Amino acid sequence: MLAVIGVDCVEDLFADIPDALRLSRELNLPAGMAEQDVYAKLRELAERNVSCESELSFLGGGMYDHYVPSLIDSILSRSEFLTPYTPYQPEISQGGLQVMFEYQTAISELTGLPVSNASLYDGPSAVGAAAYLAKLANGRPRLVVSAGLHPHAREVLKTLSAGFATEVVEVGLRDGVTDPDELAAAVDEQTSAVFLAQPNFLGAVEDLESLVAIAKPSGALLVCSCDPLTLGLLKPPGELGFDIAVGEGQTLGNRLDFGGPSFGFFAASQEHLRRMPGRIVGETTDVDGRRGFVLTLQTREQHIRREKATSNICTAQALNALAGVIYLSWLGRRGIVELCELMVQRTAYARDRLTALEGVTALHSQPVVREFAVVLDVPVEPVIERCVAAGVNPGYPLGGDYPEYPNGLLVAITEQRSRADIDRLVDVLGAAVAQQAAIGATAVGAGV
Amino acid sequence: MSLQGLETAQQRDRARTIFEKSKPGRRAFVGPALDLEPRPLDDLIPAHLRRAQPARLPEIAEPEIVRHYNRLSKRNFDLDTGFYPLGSCTMKHNPKLHERVAGLPGNARLHPLQAPAQAQGALELMFNLQEALGEIAGLAHVSLQPSAGSHGELAGVLLTRAYHEDRGEHRTKILTPDTAHGTNPATVTMAGYEVVKVATNSDGGVDIDDLRSKADEQVACLMLTNPSTLGLFEVNIAEIAEIVHGVGGTLYYDGANLNAIVGISRPGDMGFDIVHYNLHKTFTQPHGGGGPGSGPIAVCDALEPYLPRPQIVARESAGGGGTIFDLDYDRPKSIGRLRGFQGNYGVFVRAYAYICSLGAAGLLEMSQTAVLNANYLLALLKREGVAEYLPVAHDQLCMHEFVLCGTPMKRDLGIRTLDLAKRLLDHGVHPPTVYFPLLVDEAVLIEPTETETKETLDDFAAIVADVLREAGEDPSVALNAPYTTPVRRLDEAGAAKRPVIRQAM
Repeated sequence: MLAVIGVDCVEDLFADIPDALRLSRELNLPAGMAEQDVYAKLRELAERNVSCESELSFLGGGMYDHYVPSLIDSILSRSEFLTPYTPYQPEISQGGLQVMFEYQTAISELTGLPVSNASLYDGPSAVGAAAYLAKLANGRPRLVVSAGLHPHAREVLKTLSAGFATEVVEVGLRDGVTDPDELAAAVDEQTSAVFLAQPNFLGAVEDLESLVAIAKPSGALLVCSCDPLTLGLLKPPGELGFDIAVGEGQTLGNRLDFGGPSFGFFAASQEHLRRMPGRIVGETTDVDGRRGFVLTLQTREQHIRREKATSNICTAQALNALAGVIYLSWLGRRGIVELCELMVQRTAYARDRLTALEGVTALHSQPVVREFAVVLDVPVEPVIERCVAAGVNPGYPLGGDYPEYPNGLLVAITEQRSRADIDRLVDVLGAAVAQQAAIGATAVGAGV
Repeated sequence: MSLQGLETAQQRDRARTIFEKSKPGRRAFVGPALDLEPRPLDDLIPAHLRRAQPARLPEIAEPEIVRHYNRLSKRNFDLDTGFYPLGSCTMKHNPKLHERVAGLPGNARLHPLQAPAQAQGALELMFNLQEALGEIAGLAHVSLQPSAGSHGELAGVLLTRAYHEDRGEHRTKILTPDTAHGTNPATVTMAGYEVVKVATNSDGGVDIDDLRSKADEQVACLMLTNPSTLGLFEVNIAEIAEIVHGVGGTLYYDGANLNAIVGISRPGDMGFDIVHYNLHKTFTQPHGGGGPGSGPIAVCDALEPYLPRPQIVARESAGGGGTIFDLDYDRPKSIGRLRGFQGNYGVFVRAYAYICSLGAAGLLEMSQTAVLNANYLLALLKREGVAEYLPVAHDQLCMHEFVLCGTPMKRDLGIRTLDLAKRLLDHGVHPPTVYFPLLVDEAVLIEPTETETKETLDDFAAIVADVLREAGEDPSVALNAPYTTPVRRLDEAGAAKRPVIRQAM
């Protein structure tokens, strides 16, 4: 090969790199390893994580331990889906393109909005993308955000708005849901977009209809950050008057993976079609009249429009979106309703039983599907530690994100948590709260 | 052409979506039994909050779902099946070990809000990956959070903004070369800056005079990739860095082409202040048909305070019990989050497995072989029968990729770069990147990567020569190609004019 090139050694190929810019030593990294040794090393690391496989976990807060059916692993492991790049050559990418078309159809159906892209990075970044679309659509200077949005999504809005010079105003919660009076006071003709969540971060199902009625007259774009799985039961944002629906797709057949990769979905009303971020697949025909699919409306995108593009996004999360559409096909028209109703029943049971415990009260009284919040009358962190020591992770402490609830606890009940699991949570949490209360009482008694 | 009018079995298999295969009453899902006394649904979720009608998802049984997607998969070309020299995308082999380790329950079922004390393995892996990436780039401070290259660019430009504003400077412009990937200018706009293009000189490098004339106190940053999109090492990089730093700007390294120089030269040593990596390119995360990817960034000391949060940190435990890994949120100057949770952890596992497998010597060999393969293929394509139609855009040694120019082919053979690409499909190889970079007419951007054999490169060169010879005899063959693919040329203009982007119900 070197003779064909006309050089003597491989080093000659790097002659263009000035000596001063060359690394004169080996990289300071360990030596390479055999496959079996790499496997052993990574297995050892993985075993030091406590996953939902090895504890009884009630963690939620944006990602959920739903069952991922076997057929997803099987289909996603196919090289034909796993290893190609973005479908720039549609004649040899019809499989992936049709998957995206089916995915867009499913997202449109769930959200009740006619236009879906082929997916974005994740839920919070999709919220950020909606803010940028609103900026392109109306150029107004302010975003109004319910405190019910995922804290990460609210932070992404603040990060990105530094770039496109919009102000972010937060609307507080009252009894677990967006305060309608605060919302009415915050929204005006300077509002570019209003962001509401369904269910919100505290698990509450918001009465979106009344909130939409408050925000709509301002002419701001209305963005619903929603969970796609519970849309199997809840009213779709498109029917409620929202312009855009975005959210985290992990609940649709994607693994937890410590937070990613998953996908974000992005759906909108027809008028925003040409402002959408990311890939969109459209149907067409080939020269012989056969049905086919292509990436379409590419004049929105960075590789064509460059600095005038509607987004800088290049890739989608195609493999994760594939998992999503397989999952929705597996659940099917009736299955998604059954799954949601099962979660509603078990979550109601868990909420009733937990809030019947001494020292545990409901944080809010709103309807819930899969998740609810409680407040402990003792410090939450040591209670969690006690539960974890007993093999039960009772949920996510809310104090970091909601300082007004220093001892709040967010508890998620997926279909993988049975009644027996919930009963165990009640026993373990009840005991932990009682022990913590006893310590507090002793401390007070001792005059500490 | 005798193939015209014939149909392959795949072509006869007309595309039907999973929604069209739905039949009322069919199903796959069997849910867990309800193990408690149900309460009336209306008492739990009032009717006005619920859907009136179920979403019209497919009604289909598991065997048909599996068959549907397996058949669809066969309508894709993929890297495990054939050569994929898609320039700038680094389509190297994806080791199968990576899927196995990413799928271990301790990774795949690890909840992102798990307390750090119960996620020490994951945090240690991320910390080690940060350290390795920092060493590779020559920039010590790494954030793994961005989800893709373009996301890393946005992080880098936003932290450039934070850095300038923290010093009370409100700069307005960012320089990008005219060869830049489209994500660069798009990112600049999203971050609220004006794009100023810098010209390319006759050697394919940055035009230094043009750069000097545009570098002023309003310039926040210059975004560059090295090697460039033309596959050439920017020999004036030290001078470029001096010019940009001289006016107080930052120098941003787009890591799309990092695969050429790992262990050989480091962006940090070249003077770059910010780097993004494409873990799905250099560090072989499978591309998944268009994602997921991951685009960590590394920065110099001065920019460290602005990195996204949380950061993964290592602390010595108080009791002397060794190192504890943690998430650090206490970063008051941070630009904040760009996404949820800790980034695309599943990609980190694969990238870390790759770095462990190759080690220092293996990573050097990776880049050396990538450059060797590119130069070998370039030499083959510079032979008679190809070179007169597809001359190399810049006739010198290349790095990991190179650009050919299809202008003579178009003029003398009557076929365009697009036609060449479509005819390559009939030969069972993925075409190179076409019509990029923009400043080469009829561009063909070829990146073979280090995981291809000499035989594969020989075969590809022979196929290109065949297609050109065939075009010399009858250009209509290439003009009407492909013939053997599941569908033939598609009406893209029609798709954009009357968009049909979902299945009619």
